[in-house]
Amino acid sequence: MLVPISWLKDYVDIDVPVESLAERLTVAGLEVTHIRYIGLPQQEVPGLQMPRSDHLVWDRDKILLGRIVEVKAHPQADRLVLAMVDYGGAELEQCVTGATNLFRYKDQGEINPPIWSAFAMEGATVWDGHSDKAKRMTLKGKELRGIYNKSMVCSEKELGISDEHEGVIVMDHDDSYIAGAPLADALGDVLLDIEFTPNLARCFSMIGVAREVAALLNVELRYPSFDFLAGGEPIAGQVDIDIREPELNPRFTLTLLRDTEVKTSPFWLQHRLKLIGQRPRNNIVDVTNYLTFELGTPLHAFDYDKLVERAGGRPTIITRLPEPGEQLETLDDVLRDLGAETILVADTAGALSLGGVIGGGETEISASTRNVLLEAAAWNNIGIRKTLKEQRVYTEASTRFSRGVHPSQAILGCGRGIELMRQIGGGTVASGVLDHYPRPPETVTIDLPIERVNRLLGMEVALEAAADALRRLEFEVELIGDVIRATAPDHRLDINNDKVVGQADLLEEIARIIGYDKIPNSIMADEMPPQWENTTVIIEERIRDILVGQGLYEVISYRFTSRESEAMLIPAGARSSLPEGDHVQIANPAASERDVLRKTLLINMLESAVNNARYQSSQQLFEVGKVYLGRGDLLPEEPLHLGILLTGPRDEPWWQGADASADMDFYDLKGVIESLFAGLHINDYSVQRGSHSSFHPGRSADLYIGRERIGSFGELHPEVAARFKLTDAKVICGEIQVAPLIQQHQRLHTIAPLPTTPAVLEDIALVVNADLAAGEVEAVIRQAGGRLLKDVRLFDVYTGDQIPPGKKSLAYALTYQDDNRTLTDKNAAKIRKKIIGAARHRLKAELRA
Amino acid sequence: MSNPIEQIRGEALQSLESVTDSETLAAWRSQYLGRRGAVGKLFGQIGSLPQAERAAFGQQVNALQAELDAAFNAREELIRSQSMARDLEEGDIDITLPAHPRRRGGLHPSTRTHREFQSIWADMGFHVYQSRDVEEDELNFTLLNLPPHHPARDMQDTFYTSDSRVLLRTHTSPGQIRAMRELGAGGSKPIRVILPGMCYRQEQITARSEIQFTQVEGLAIGRNIRMSDLKGTIAEFAKRMYSPEAKVRFRASYFPFTEPSMEVDVECFLCGGEGCRVCKYTGWLEIAGSGMVHPTVLRNGGYDPSEWSGFAFGMGPERITMLKHGIQDIRYFWSNDLRFLQQF
Repeated sequence: MLVPISWLKDYVDIDVPVESLAERLTVAGLEVTHIRYIGLPQQEVPGLQMPRSDHLVWDRDKILLGRIVEVKAHPQADRLVLAMVDYGGAELEQCVTGATNLFRYKDQGEINPPIWSAFAMEGATVWDGHSDKAKRMTLKGKELRGIYNKSMVCSEKELGISDEHEGVIVMDHDDSYIAGAPLADALGDVLLDIEFTPNLARCFSMIGVAREVAALLNVELRYPSFDFLAGGEPIAGQVDIDIREPELNPRFTLTLLRDTEVKTSPFWLQHRLKLIGQRPRNNIVDVTNYLTFELGTPLHAFDYDKLVERAGGRPTIITRLPEPGEQLETLDDVLRDLGAETILVADTAGALSLGGVIGGGETEISASTRNVLLEAAAWNNIGIRKTLKEQRVYTEASTRFSRGVHPSQAILGCGRGIELMRQIGGGTVASGVLDHYPRPPETVTIDLPIERVNRLLGMEVALEAAADALRRLEFEVELIGDVIRATAPDHRLDINNDKVVGQADLLEEIARIIGYDKIPNSIMADEMPPQWENTTVIIEERIRDILVGQGLYEVISYRFTSRESEAMLIPAGARSSLPEGDHVQIANPAASERDVLRKTLLINMLESAVNNARYQSSQQLFEVGKVYLGRGDLLPEEPLHLGILLTGPRDEPWWQGADASADMDFYDLKGVIESLFAGLHINDYSVQRGSHSSFHPGRSADLYIGRERIGSFGELHPEVAARFKLTDAKVICGEIQVAPLIQQHQRLHTIAPLPTTPAVLEDIALVVNADLAAGEVEAVIRQAGGRLLKDVRLFDVYTGDQIPPGKKSLAYALTYQDDNRTLTDKNAAKIRKKIIGAARHRLKAELRA
Repeated sequence: MSNPIEQIRGEALQSLESVTDSETLAAWRSQYLGRRGAVGKLFGQIGSLPQAERAAFGQQVNALQAELDAAFNAREELIRSQSMARDLEEGDIDITLPAHPRRRGGLHPSTRTHREFQSIWADMGFHVYQSRDVEEDELNFTLLNLPPHHPARDMQDTFYTSDSRVLLRTHTSPGQIRAMRELGAGGSKPIRVILPGMCYRQEQITARSEIQFTQVEGLAIGRNIRMSDLKGTIAEFAKRMYSPEAKVRFRASYFPFTEPSMEVDVECFLCGGEGCRVCKYTGWLEIAGSGMVHPTVLRNGGYDPSEWSGFAFGMGPERITMLKHGIQDIRYFWSNDLRFLQQF
């Protein structure tokens, strides 16, 4: 909400720079997001940083309040006139101007009542009104169509008040105006743009902000008068009220103004509304808007005669829920179907307006309206929120009522509103207010021991200081020993009558007014809870470290996907190998391709690979993240998974290594996974032939711990790869459940002593059937080699001319070592013989010559 | 003058003069000093000499051998130093040729920031408590003092699931209720936890807002947790996270689950509080929301709010990462673009 300081000063004296006030308000929870200056200079406040404003500062000697005494015709131009301006000088100044709003005074003699405008003398700097961009210009004398001119009367745009450049500023006469006084004193202003959190509903008006200012600066708050001058017949007898839903409409008040004139509002009212971004319409509607902003009590004005016409006599205002199928055309020209939740203001002939939200077209104020019925009501904020949800219409009134306006304010708005209407438009106000108030909110009184304040704030607050903070906010305070008994003022709905909650509400107000900066910083002196270790987090992070150590990059993906995207992972006709469970369906997705939560990380890994492939041929990615599996309970399971993807050259191509740029394959990912398990010290796992349908059946594997399959990895199925257009290089990926890794990892493992005896190294090459799995060969070698065979490393796989067809040669580097003694050649030969024997016997292997 | 010893000596020393590399030197050595070399042959002649000459001859051969050994060593040293000098002189490479690219790998920037958070909070006795992403409306809102139709629900645009009781958590705060119920032993034990995790909001994806983001929330519950503790603890965190001189400002604010509630600003670490584009010339950066745990929330967690109190705070790792690294676009975080990730 925009808050002009000039308006605020109607209610409170501000004795600090505006910039300091903005800081105080911000720290107290009324966040000032922007300060806008009109004509006045920005002030430097020591210790306070703020953005430099490059607005126009009005020269106090050259931009003045001027009275336009007379408007004469320009002898040589029809579209220009000569404004004769009294600016306090010895003679009138003649300004050539094209301001269309002065034409009506042309050659009419002295203007009476007088009008005032902004007068800029030679040498003054103003904005160039004809430029689209912000461009400054300095006035100097020159001839305009034969008449010498050195000064001007200004438009709002030329002074930086608004974008309006249709005519010059024309202000109504005010006895306090002095010709030649600095304009800055009359129209100079500063606007605070304040954001209100939902708990500050009571502040959503000029008086609401002024009340906070008064409390923070510890100065007096001046309320405007809420009385009105009545001279007409009593209102009772001219209209009735029938509240049918008192919970939704706890209060409804009416006043009546007869024989008034609907016209444009005076300058002061239009000016204030325009400053805060509201468009003036006519004096009646402008006053209802004015009260919305001044007091935070939205009002609604009806054309009384139209109500009488509809009722065929004395009207009855009914507040009720809609009939089935009921409709209303509102002021925004929308014909609305009224759902069950929308509270209506109606009469016996039908709906008139959406209560607290927007009026209907038929009974609105028009130029011919003579008699105005003014509504000031209170609405249940949750009811209004339901209406807003249903009707999706947002107005200044609904913004306030949906946050909550205390019903006590209605009668104040009613009195002040009808009086302003009378003063501006004339007429006679009916005596009395018709006030139906079936549900006054209960008065909240809370007892707060000062000891509790001190304990919760962590500082000593004097009883009197705490009481004073509350009194400044208009709480009624009584001290009973060391207990503050505080009664909430009648504009507040936010003080809870639960004892402990209410105490917290008061505590916050005390802390806010004392200032959060006055509360000291302390170190927790409370009992330390038992310390424990979160194994899940530790292992999760360990997994990340191991993979990063191998050159992989961690990614974090959207957890949203679509069924269609995940279905792309399954080749046509194949059964899905994705985790079992239902998708979590988003009811209001951000986009149709993100309408479920993922069940697999593979989709994210592949989509990432697709995106990166545009820039990078070699990718090594992993993600540790949740998948979401609906398994019949209210909430889905959220197991943590690990996804890995490798693709492209094993090594970045470079000038010495042309031959090293072969693409990564199955064995690269197998190596990553082995290192991961080694890093977690998990030994009891096995790699078996793959069964996951998203992978190439002959180039993939399943990972088992015991009998549990904990994941799969391998070369992406060619059909899936083709769908993702990932066909330039093999894509190797995998997905592993993290929970079994956390369960199986060994935090403690024994370190073997370093051997002191030499090892014997030896190579053997075995020729076996080409389809024999290398894993079986190695298993036989290890078993036969026994305790002394320390390491088996396959270093060559050969098929070709030098061995028989249907065979392959596997060459192993073997390490023999005895921790207790030095092995002799003879010892080694014995082990070798056993290995070769077992290979012959069990694998039909031949030693390669 | 045909003393064979002198002759060999002369020959050997002369030919050594012309030896300039280690291979020739090795050949020279075997020619003269090897087992079957010239000196060796002289030793072999000793047996065939008359008894009387043997001792003298033997001495002379020994002397020759010692002299040639010394000459060899000197020559070897000379060649070695010459070769080293040559290597230093001629062995230059073009150090501007591109390096052999090494695989570096890297953690996601959000993970990095989370780790920084976790380690600082762990030092202050706060442990990680993980909570679920898909949550009940009840825990995400109602039990946190946000009953249905509460105006503050407007502050968070929520993703609901096909079951209207279930939603994607809009903040990590439902974990507060779970932590209190799980660790509080029926409201009888103090708690200090941090709750990290992914949160979700139904927003337009732009450079400044995302539909998912991580949060870290902290919760301390005890019989004597004070607002001054909250201020002191957050100030300590800011010192560790930003700089030992970091100034912190607390502003009144509103969160339904805390009262009093405060926004925490830290002095802009990019301009030192002088005012810059990033802090919008205010000198402050908003880093956290915080407050004293609302009595209703304590109650819903099983604690008696007239005896127990607590504080809570929440921070956005992505925002802090963006500030620290001058990242202009939050969409980078889940783009998985290696060009972004490789810069960390």
